[in-house]
Amino acid sequence: MQKLEHKELVDLLRQMLLMRRFEEKCAEMYALGKIGGFLHLYIGQEAVATGAISVLRPDDYVIASYREHGHALAKGSDPRKVMAELFGRADGLCKGKGGSMHLFDKTHHFLGGHAIVAGQIPIGTGAAFASQYEGKDQVTLCFFGDAAVNQGVFHEALNLAALWHLPIVYICENNRYGMGTAVARATSVKDLYRRAEAYGMPGEAVDGMDVLAVRECVGLAVERARRERIPSFIEAKTYRFRGHSMADPGTYRTKEEVEQEKQRDPLLLFRNHLMAEAVVKESDWKALEKEVRATVEEAVRYADASPEPPVEWLHTDVYVSER
Amino acid sequence: MAIITYREALNQALREEMRRDPRVFLMGEEVGLYQGAYKVSQGLLEEFGPKRIIDTPISEAGFTGVGIGAAMVGLRPIVEMMTFNFALVAVDQIVNQAAKILYMSGGQYNVPMVIRGPGGPAHQLAAQHSQSMESYFYHVPGLKIVRPGTPKDAKGLLKSAIRDDDPVIFIESELLYGTKGEVPDGEYTIPLGVADIKREGRDVTIVAYSTMLLLALQAAEELEKEGIFAEVVDPRTLRPLDTELIIGSIKKTNRAVVMESGAGFGGIGTVIGEIISEQAFDYLDAPVERVTGANAPTPYAKNLERAKVPSKERVVAAVKKVLAI
Repeated sequence: MQKLEHKELVDLLRQMLLMRRFEEKCAEMYALGKIGGFLHLYIGQEAVATGAISVLRPDDYVIASYREHGHALAKGSDPRKVMAELFGRADGLCKGKGGSMHLFDKTHHFLGGHAIVAGQIPIGTGAAFASQYEGKDQVTLCFFGDAAVNQGVFHEALNLAALWHLPIVYICENNRYGMGTAVARATSVKDLYRRAEAYGMPGEAVDGMDVLAVRECVGLAVERARRERIPSFIEAKTYRFRGHSMADPGTYRTKEEVEQEKQRDPLLLFRNHLMAEAVVKESDWKALEKEVRATVEEAVRYADASPEPPVEWLHTDVYVSER
Repeated sequence: MAIITYREALNQALREEMRRDPRVFLMGEEVGLYQGAYKVSQGLLEEFGPKRIIDTPISEAGFTGVGIGAAMVGLRPIVEMMTFNFALVAVDQIVNQAAKILYMSGGQYNVPMVIRGPGGPAHQLAAQHSQSMESYFYHVPGLKIVRPGTPKDAKGLLKSAIRDDDPVIFIESELLYGTKGEVPDGEYTIPLGVADIKREGRDVTIVAYSTMLLLALQAAEELEKEGIFAEVVDPRTLRPLDTELIIGSIKKTNRAVVMESGAGFGGIGTVIGEIISEQAFDYLDAPVERVTGANAPTPYAKNLERAKVPSKERVVAAVKKVLAI
């Protein structure tokens, strides 16, 4: 893969920083009661969505699970509309009807956050099927967690994708816990990428804390999908720094383990790398922080100012004719 | 007008819609090379090729999900369930995904797909292959449900279902595939949500669809010999339901018998009966009577299977009950 330009490197850093600060603000807003329901934070995993989605064209598709704030932002969704959606407001991405687990953004080809574990995997496969059917060279990235690989539809979808040569890259974000259950307690073969062998599909593991490694690995798989119609399965080894959701204190893992993993914070690793390489200076980082914080503050202001959806909307969007 | 079978009518609808719109494709087990387990897709592979008539592995949840994704980005998939009993394997995709995506996305993504195949008790197929599945799905906002009873309706409704922008559950019937009826020449469609009076009458309204429609018509014929004129109303589409036509008929006859082949407990008949009670209570001269399948799985033994499903005799008895004869 080509060496990245200065601007591209800074964009990656900005993207990860935006995800991080955006979600830290989400946690605050949740504590204040402005965000309700389930809130699954992506903190610690930012390098995966950032690196992977950075290789896509705007017309490529992305689909994800319920931990999808980062994917939506990386795909180009307006942070203000994402925040308004989390606030359950009329100007949210989905008019306040989806919430944290169901962000959809058609203008950016984001096929949504889906809250049934693995439920989105065949749907993403269907988007790739459509590209194939229409002879287009779009690629679909389908994100899911480590727990999803034990669902039947994971197997069904990968079998179909390999059988039909669909342009899709499956990205398993192995953050080591399916809710509170460690991978080793749930999955018979711990190296999840090896599952790809069962479908005759390229399978690879990548350091999910290294945004450039993810970018490179996914970049190759996307090209393979686009040019040769070969689907791939990538296991990004990562870690979530927070609990499964805001309701989860995460007592199933030790403080030591979490602290140790935080040493590999993908955001700080990348920042330090760019500083060591003299791509960014301390002053650049401070400027980025300022810019991102302003974006997040503006998102909160926008969400706060947006009205609640009118009650009549309860019955709209059930059927197209009633849209 | 040509007289053709229900199976041929469905085949014509598929063929015409696929000719009309290149985004329409058919996907399912044995739909291609084998030409359909019940031969509904006979000849389609030959005309449209394997790109559009797609044999799948036995993988209902997987290929239903593929249909949903394809529909979200602009195609118009028809997913065949070899029998609708197998749709239970794909219920998460149908109920949690297909039915909800328009709503969850705030109207951004719609899912224009048809999920079709045969359902209902038939030919000693026993408990796992012999269920009326419409009640499982009619509870779910976001799904449309169609159950045609005649070749003409099957063709016109399937064409509308394929053109519809929402997910449509289209349940055919093994027992009806070989039945014949008049089908108009040339292009026609029948809108979803419009019921049909299959036989005019004045003394009682029998609401019946799919295979039950045939029983209702036989019962009506027999009742006529005794001077009782039953009106037979076929809802055709269960969701949206044409309550207006049903209620209009009740206002005329003042008596109602509602039929379904599925178990009566929590069934479609319960809902239609309730709607009649709510909206036409003042017009009713007797409580609504239901003739439904027994609240038991469908047995294998011929005599038990016969007892499980409604019979003409039970319809006649129900009519006499609401007429207090």
